[in-house]
Amino acid sequence: MDKTPQTLPRQSWTFSNETNSEIRRAAATGIYDIRGGGAKRRVPHFDDLLFLGASISRYPLEGYRERCDTSVTLGTRFAKKPIELKIPITIAGMSFGSLSANAKEALGRGASAAGTSTTTGDGGMTNEERGHSTQLVYQYLPSRYGMNPDDLRRADAIEVVVGQGAKPGGGGMLLGQKITQRVADMRSLPVGIDQRSACRHPDWTGPDDLEIKILELREITGWEKPIYIKIGGARPYYDTALAVKAGADVVVLDGMQGGTAATQDVFIEHVGQPTLACIRPAVQALQDLGMHRKVQLIVSGGIRNGADVAKALALGADAVSIGTAALIALGDNDPKWESEYQKLGSTTGAYDDWHEGRDPAGITTQDPELMKRLDPIAAGRRLRNYLNVMTLECQTIARACGKSHVHNLEPEDLCALTMEAAAMARVPLAGTDWYPGKPGF
Amino acid sequence: MPTTLDMATTELREVNTTLQSAAKAQVNEPYVIVNPRGSHAMACGLDGPLNVTVKGSTGYYTAGMNKEASITVEGSAGPGVAENMMSGVVTILGDASQYAGATGHGGLLNIKGNASSRCGISMKGIDIVVHGNIGHMSAFMAQRGNLVVLGDAGDALGDSLYEARLFVRGTVKSLGADCVEKEMRAEHIEILKELLERAGADAKPEEFKRYGSARTLYNFHIDNAASY
Repeated sequence: MDKTPQTLPRQSWTFSNETNSEIRRAAATGIYDIRGGGAKRRVPHFDDLLFLGASISRYPLEGYRERCDTSVTLGTRFAKKPIELKIPITIAGMSFGSLSANAKEALGRGASAAGTSTTTGDGGMTNEERGHSTQLVYQYLPSRYGMNPDDLRRADAIEVVVGQGAKPGGGGMLLGQKITQRVADMRSLPVGIDQRSACRHPDWTGPDDLEIKILELREITGWEKPIYIKIGGARPYYDTALAVKAGADVVVLDGMQGGTAATQDVFIEHVGQPTLACIRPAVQALQDLGMHRKVQLIVSGGIRNGADVAKALALGADAVSIGTAALIALGDNDPKWESEYQKLGSTTGAYDDWHEGRDPAGITTQDPELMKRLDPIAAGRRLRNYLNVMTLECQTIARACGKSHVHNLEPEDLCALTMEAAAMARVPLAGTDWYPGKPGF
Repeated sequence: MPTTLDMATTELREVNTTLQSAAKAQVNEPYVIVNPRGSHAMACGLDGPLNVTVKGSTGYYTAGMNKEASITVEGSAGPGVAENMMSGVVTILGDASQYAGATGHGGLLNIKGNASSRCGISMKGIDIVVHGNIGHMSAFMAQRGNLVVLGDAGDALGDSLYEARLFVRGTVKSLGADCVEKEMRAEHIEILKELLERAGADAKPEEFKRYGSARTLYNFHIDNAASY
């Protein structure tokens, strides 16, 4: 007897299995989901851009013979001692507390070996980090945990954090399970309690105040240190202009793919703009003020390889910064821990419960036994290798575009694969000389 | 004879360089600053035992991040006076604007007049004595140290407080989230007595009430969501 044909079970695009699982989790717990990392949704990104390469009208450089420089100087506007880096890739701010001491040491080792800087985070400066970082940027955050003038003076640069891409407008919370005695002491708080980081600075409001705050920081440090201002990808044109007005030497611009130690998933996925959408408005602000290349621009949020670096530079950045990618280079989300990720209800590549302090890779934890799993020397070597590869890749592309310095890359070297990317990056859609919003069309 | 620095004729950078060098060198001679004219970031970043007197009112961040120095402002001070102070004594003979003693780790901030809003915000070990009144949201997220107020306190005192102790002689308009009145025990009387003496305050410890954290918001729990 013939069976009546059946349609296949159809899953809803709107109510996907993943969406439904979150509804069930919310219904069971009554609290929003908190996680680490940056936006996971697909957004227009550097993958949507291509380099054109050389042609009859563009002369390439010989790959294994002709120089393509990668050095970058940060803080040339006011600082007596600007930072000199060998490569245009820096390590973003990540706190001791959210990361283990071994992880911080490994970041310092890797960055130093590659000739670049690393950055403290919301929790102060550790001796291990200072000792292993030849160039260390000291973050000045709303919480001011561990802030003191001695560390301020022994830093190589100061980064006033106004926002970050994962949560522009948000503060943070380091959950109690990661608050060991050492972390607590550095933050002047009891062991085991949640440590809230405010979303606004306690002693200034607005760009006029910020200008005076920067004056104070410069006076305390003898006008030696470059002052960075870090902004999340919210209103990049105006925030960049205001940062310049407030006296920044360097603007750090972090798009929504930039990671965080712990924030509400809804915040990470629904607030802020993609990195690609932020760069041109920020560069435009610098150009309008006559400050492009005078105030340096560092872009972060989803940088993964040398092509991403080259594209960010071509759009006008002076350097990029990596956080998530650096952790992966150290060993985060490594397949060798798969069985343990599964025990935690996750899998390789998706593990993001960094705030819980149970990281099998020993990176986002304060558990002494887990921490031992990360050898800071070997991990630092991996980071150095990765930074070297990114730099070589960036140079490869720059030479193909005929550039003797990676900073000579320009928007003219690019085309876009999608209308969205063309509009955001303000480079022509591939095969055309047009992008949405182009004047005259 | 004190060394006089005249800000009518001397740039801020030179004034601070002179003071910072003298503090570091531990020279035992006092400095007097005249014509401060509301300058910002004055006498900040001093790192050593130095006596500085400012003859007049100052702008933002006077005595910021002070270590060991004794700085007296014979006038009023702008926002963020003695912010992030580590040690030493800062005395304001007039009033202090917003964020006085913000995030301070140690030392004594002695305000003879009133202090505006957010006095002692996020304080991390500093002692602050205010002889007059303080404004709203004072001691917000205060972590450690003592805030003593001889007058009244404004709205939301000690909101989201951690382990700082708050002593108020007058009225408190309202308490912030998780801030409660606590028993004044003998140990607190002793702390307060010593602080009042150091600040030259004409008040008795027994006249004060103590406020501190109820510690109900120390670990996030969904049942407390309305309190955040």
